[in-house]
Parts: sequence; C-alpha cells; structure tokens
Amino acid sequence: MFSYYLKLGWLSIRRNPLLSTLMVAAIAVGIGSCMTIITVNYIMSSNPIPQKSDQLFYVQLDSWDPNNEDDDGFEPPEQVTYLDAMALMKADKAYRQIASNRSGLVLEPQGEGERPFAVDTRNTWADFFPMFDLRFIYGSGWDDSADRNLERVVVLSKEINERVFGGEDSVGRSVRLNGMDFQVVGVIDEFLPVPKFYDVTNGAFNEPEEIFIPFNISVEYEFPRNGNTNCWKTPDGDGFEAFLNSECAWIQFWAELRNETEKQDYMTFLNAYAEQQKELGRFPRPLNNQLSNVMEWMEKQEVVDDDAQVMLGLSLLFLLVCLLNTIGLLLAKFLGKSGDISLRRALGASRSSLFIQHMIESGLIGLGGGVLGLGLTWLGLRGIEMLFGDFVKNLVGLDWVMVLTAIGLAILSALLAGLYPTWRACRIAPASQLKIQ
Amino acid sequence: MLSMQNISMVYRAGMVETHALREFSLEVAEGDFVSVTGPSGSGKTTFLNIAGLLEQFTDGRYELDGRDVSGLSDTESSAVRNEKIGFVFQSFNLIPDLNLFDNVDVPLRYRGFNAAERKRRIEKVLETVGLASRMKHLPSQLSGGQQQRVAIARALAGEPRFLLADEPTGNLDSHMAMSVMELISEINSNGTTIIMVTHDPVLAEMASRNVHILDGRVSDDHPDIQIAQAATA
Repeated sequence: MFSYYLKLGWLSIRRNPLLSTLMVAAIAVGIGSCMTIITVNYIMSSNPIPQKSDQLFYVQLDSWDPNNEDDDGFEPPEQVTYLDAMALMKADKAYRQIASNRSGLVLEPQGEGERPFAVDTRNTWADFFPMFDLRFIYGSGWDDSADRNLERVVVLSKEINERVFGGEDSVGRSVRLNGMDFQVVGVIDEFLPVPKFYDVTNGAFNEPEEIFIPFNISVEYEFPRNGNTNCWKTPDGDGFEAFLNSECAWIQFWAELRNETEKQDYMTFLNAYAEQQKELGRFPRPLNNQLSNVMEWMEKQEVVDDDAQVMLGLSLLFLLVCLLNTIGLLLAKFLGKSGDISLRRALGASRSSLFIQHMIESGLIGLGGGVLGLGLTWLGLRGIEMLFGDFVKNLVGLDWVMVLTAIGLAILSALLAGLYPTWRACRIAPASQLKIQ
Repeated sequence: MLSMQNISMVYRAGMVETHALREFSLEVAEGDFVSVTGPSGSGKTTFLNIAGLLEQFTDGRYELDGRDVSGLSDTESSAVRNEKIGFVFQSFNLIPDLNLFDNVDVPLRYRGFNAAERKRRIEKVLETVGLASRMKHLPSQLSGGQQQRVAIARALAGEPRFLLADEPTGNLDSHMAMSVMELISEINSNGTTIIMVTHDPVLAEMASRNVHILDGRVSDDHPDIQIAQAATA
C-alpha cells in the first residue's frame, strides 16, 4: 500500500499545484533559514580530531593573581608562562607534549624578482606532528634532537611549498625566514581542523599556520609573537630575558595522555609542580590546575558563542512560524478533499488507512520542501560567506550529515504540520459529502 | 439478509432535534431488488447511509448478513463496507485524475488483493459494463452514462452482496437512465441484492419491490410491484 499512497500523494500534489507550491515554499524557507544557522553551529561545535580528542588535553596551570577574580571566579589562565612551559617540557611526563605559540615571519624566496612575504608561523615541538595526526606529503616533522640542539629546521604547509617550490619535493632545500636559512624537513598535506582546536586563543576559526619551526628557535632568535599575552605582574626588568622569566602567559600547552591512569598521573604531577612553585613564592592561589580534553576545551572557550545560539533559537522559531503556515495550508487542502475522502470511506477505507495516506502526502510535501530548502541553505551559506569573507569560509560547507539532516527535518516538520489537518480530514462524516458532490 | 428493527436516527443541532428515522423497520431478503421512494426529507438517504454503515443510528437494531452491525469499530465497519456493500451515487463520484482502471481499483486496494487478482477483477467488471476497451481513459473523456457504468463497475469489483444506489440515474437523460437501469437489473438477476433510492416512479417500478418512506417510517411496502399494479387495475 505504501507505493499506492505515494502515488495518491503525488496525484494530490499535482491536483493543486499552487497550494502545493506554497506549502513546499513555506517549508523550504523555514528549513533553509534554519539549516543555514544549524550548519554554522554544527561546524562550530564539531569534533576537529575525533580519533583522539579524548586523549589530547589542554593544560592550565593556575599561576595567576590571587586578587584578580574574573567573571567565572578564580579560573586558571588560558595559557601558561614560559617558565612553566619549559618546566613541563623538561619533565617530559606525558606520552607526548608540546608548548606552542603563534608568530609571524617574513619568507624571502630565492627566485629572482620574487618578493618577500609574511607567513603565519607556529612555533612548536617535535611531538606536534604525531600528536595532532598531521599527514606529510614529503619528509616528516623534525625529531627531538632538533628541539634540543636549536636546529634551524622548518615544516611547510602544502600551499607554501606550492608557492615557493612549485609543489616539488623540497625536503633538504632551504628557505630564508627573517634573514636566516632554515632547512625544510617536511611538507604537510591539507591540514584544516575546524575549529582550530590547538590554539583557540588566536581565533578558533582562523586558518592553521603556514610554516612550523622549533619553539626554541623562536625564543633563541626572539621572533615576534602574534597572539594573546597576559601578565598579572610587571616583568622584573626590561628585555626579552625578563619577559621570559615573568608571570606573563602566552604559550598553549597540550599533553597526550592515552588513558585515565596517565591522566591522573599527569594531574598529580601538575599539582606537585604547583606545590613546588608555591614553595618558591609563585602560584599564590589555591591549587586549581586543569586538564581539558579537546571537546571540553572547546566548550570552556565557548567556541560556539552565545550569539550563534541565539540565532539558532530564532531560526527554529522562524521554522515554527513556517510550519504554522503549512498547517493552515494543509488544512485547507485536506478539507478541500472531503469528497475524495468520503468516497474512499464509502469504498472501504478505514480512518487509519486514510490517516496514513495523508501523512505520506504530507511527507512528500516535506521532501519537496527539504530539497528546495537545501538549495536555500546553500544560498544562505554563500550569503554568509560573502558577508563575512574569509573569517567564516571554513564554517559554510554542507556535508552529507547536514544534507540528510535538512531532508529529515523537512519531512519531520511536514509530518508534524500534517497531523492536525490529517486528523480533521479523517473525521469528515462521509455521508454528508457523498450526496452533495 | 438486511434486517432493521425500530431504527431511530436523530440529528441534534443545539437544542433542536430532527428525527430523520422513527422506529424504522425493514427486512430485505437475499436477491431482492428494492426501490425506495418518498418525498424529499422523508429519510430515504438517511436509511441508505445507515444501511451502508456510513452513519451510526441513534437507536434500534441492524443486522446485515446475519451479523449485528450496531457498535462496530471504524475498522470493522470499513471492512464490512468494503466486502459486502457496493455504492452507486447520483453524481458518479469518480476520481477525476485516475483512469477507469485505477478508479475501479480503489476498493480492491483496501481489500488487500494482490496485483494479479485486482487486474483480473477490474478487467472482468469493466467488460461487464461494456467499457473494457476504455480502461485507460479518464472519467472526463466519458459520457455521463458511461461514467455511471464505471461507478457500477467499481461497486461490483469487490463482488459485494449488496448494491446500494442513491438516485443512480438522477444525472442522466432518459435514454442513458434506461441503459443504466437495465445494467442494474441484470446485476440483480445475477444474485446481487439491490436497494435503490429514486424519485422516479417509472424506475421504481423496475424493482421487484417498492418501499415508500414518509416522515422517517415505512408507509407502504409492496413486496411484488407487478401484483400490486394488477390489483389496482
């Protein structure tokens, strides 16, 4: 009977093309606006590294001012100081760990007539590449000895390798950064985590950096820092050395901990380290060190901000308004079919079979609304992209999950909208209609 | 076959009560061809609706084919309608965007027959009403008489025990009306019990029995019209 009901639904839709188009359009507009916002929210809140997001932990050490309570109470700072980052790296207590920050360097191409250009740079440690599952086209990341021995090595993004070396295998060749030669050890493949979880302090939806160099090198040569630097005490003295020894937090620290035991051991280590620092006159607040896995860290950082959630609520309300319109239109359509319904009742159709028939018709209208709504969603996302430019270009893609969600939501919406009109239609007294037709 | 005992039907609209049938009693035997006549508002259509299980009556007892059908659930009464009763309406009530084959198919779908069985039955009844060659036509491509023949075919496709016809020739000219009546008579002669509401005394006389309804009651019941006419002459 399902195929029969589908056929009847299709015939009924064709019978009233204007009314059907209005209903499909009402659902499509609601779905289009709703799905545009849902898609942005979905991408904002998606897991950027699902295969190991529960093994990667962002480290927060509460070295902060005891007299400076922020909006959330005494929360530890979002980044760690150089002193603490180096101490944690040296202790080497996690399976993998990295301290990292963002900077900007100037790359000087070797070709004649090519002009220098700025490149976003990630200063980090050897573990960065295996820890965050970066894939390489050529070569690999550097090893621990490069970190220890201040080797001037660099890993290039695919785009930079394309720009500087025409996409060739550049491993072993050198690039000039801020007037110094760095040897290329690897070229990574496409790397576009959304959100950019490993450094949300510099914009959760910004593009990843274009080159990667050892953190120690950036410190050694005092490369400029791009990003947040927060200090609760003025550095004791002037110059870079004083800054490094200050209570200024500017480094993101990640640890890879493979199981609960490793996590607990690491937390014990962090607390012991904090106690030790207290004895040295640092860490004046009560112990409040924190380890947050990737999704916990995204939530803490409110990667999906309140505005986006308000927009989501409003778009759902708009969908509701569209559905109310659809209910009215369906009611008009189904009650207009009272003659057909009464005839079918006389010929042996039960109320339940008519109910199923009309719900399937509602579902078909929803399917049409969903398909059209997908088109409107695509337009909506392109509109957002045009309005906000590069900032949102990583947020405005439709994947299969969202396509199926749009279709499913449209059908579900149409079925909900169809419930009351269908119920009313099935309550029509057949005798009163058959005589007057 | 059909037994109604003291059936009452009261329509209520606010404080106003309208008695459509009052202690209405009627027995119809298998194979009967009963014409039902009466002035407008006498209760003919209400009787037909109750007989066809399209309306619930207020009081009384109704047995159809030996089964008490008062108080059946919606699903049960729908099944009884589908299996035992065929309807023919004054305005044909064909579905305009379905071809003849699909129109006749409607009650068979609800019966749950498989495709082969439905096809066999549809072709047979359309053959019976002389429209087998036009089964892919839409109702709008047929004359009124032909449309009523399709409606009769649809009523017969499920091989019902009863055929209930409400002014089946009301929308036809006299030539087409006669043709349809001949078809209905032929169906009756093949054993189907027929109850036909009509205003037309000539058509009423073509039945084997006439029941006259007045003010919701059976006022006259002529079990054999021929005999009644002879006595009058």
